[in-house]
Amino acid sequence: MKKDIFKIANQNLKSRLIVGTGKYKNFKETAQAVKASGADMVTVAVRRVNILDKKKPLLMDYLNPKKIKYLPNTAGCFTSDEALRTLRLAREMGGWKMVKLEVLGDKKTLYPDMIETIKSTKILVKEGFKVLVYCTDDPLLAKKLEDIGASAIMPLASPIGSGLGIQNKINISLIIKQSKVPVIIDAGIGTASDATIAMELGCDGVLVNSAIAKAKKPLIMAQSFKNAVTAGRLSFLSGRMKKNFFATASSPKKGLI
Amino acid sequence: MAKIQLNGKKINIKQIITLFDLLKKYKLDKKKVAIELNGTIVSKPSYKKKIIKNNDKVEIVHFIGGG
Repeated sequence: MKKDIFKIANQNLKSRLIVGTGKYKNFKETAQAVKASGADMVTVAVRRVNILDKKKPLLMDYLNPKKIKYLPNTAGCFTSDEALRTLRLAREMGGWKMVKLEVLGDKKTLYPDMIETIKSTKILVKEGFKVLVYCTDDPLLAKKLEDIGASAIMPLASPIGSGLGIQNKINISLIIKQSKVPVIIDAGIGTASDATIAMELGCDGVLVNSAIAKAKKPLIMAQSFKNAVTAGRLSFLSGRMKKNFFATASSPKKGLI
Repeated sequence: MAKIQLNGKKINIKQIITLFDLLKKYKLDKKKVAIELNGTIVSKPSYKKKIIKNNDKVEIVHFIGGG
């Protein structure tokens, strides 16, 4: 079999599982979970430094950006301007050109505002960013994002942090079939089997945060996701058997006593 | 003396200082932060040149855990 390489905007990744670093008890647990997941890219958020607490631990002291790729996100941004400001600051911090864009449209569902998302993608691409775009599972909008230069399409499985798994397999499949850039399922994954299903559908990768961080034992769940994504990918590559309506015996009839 | 807004908080600065000095004052590593001065991003090599003036708005950000 040809070597199965996962590439986003000319960057090779060892793992098809990308993990978020939010919602953990502390940075120590975050670092341990990332390690257990086998992910070599993690999403991070940009926020104000707490100037009142000089001794507050920093994420970078636990996850070395030289060893793990940081994918800065725009979580919490509700307009194109806010998202652009955040990502420009992220780039200044350490030269990150590969970023995850998410422009939210509604506080209750955290559903992406696709009009603002498309607007921001165009500007970021022009400024030389490699943009991985969190989006709805609408095939037309996904195509539009690809056309304007998105480096990866990241449709939601279900709302962020909901753990509801993939709600619209048909749309995700349509997006996979039409896309020439990687398709990475983002948001809504609840448990390891959801990730396997995504990979079996043919997704190039999966992004998981809450399902690991909010498991009772995050480190074991991280390991479970590592295996789930690998299993799903291999299953996809191997080409599953056809479904039959009736039973087909597995043992030969010949020589039956 | 300069009265500035740092990360949304009012701060009094007694001496003439640069952004570089400000980072030092708060024990921040310039490699781990980015700075916005009055809405414009300041590049790292300019930290030593930028002197903080009265009514300046400074934002210092860093990476935290996020999904």
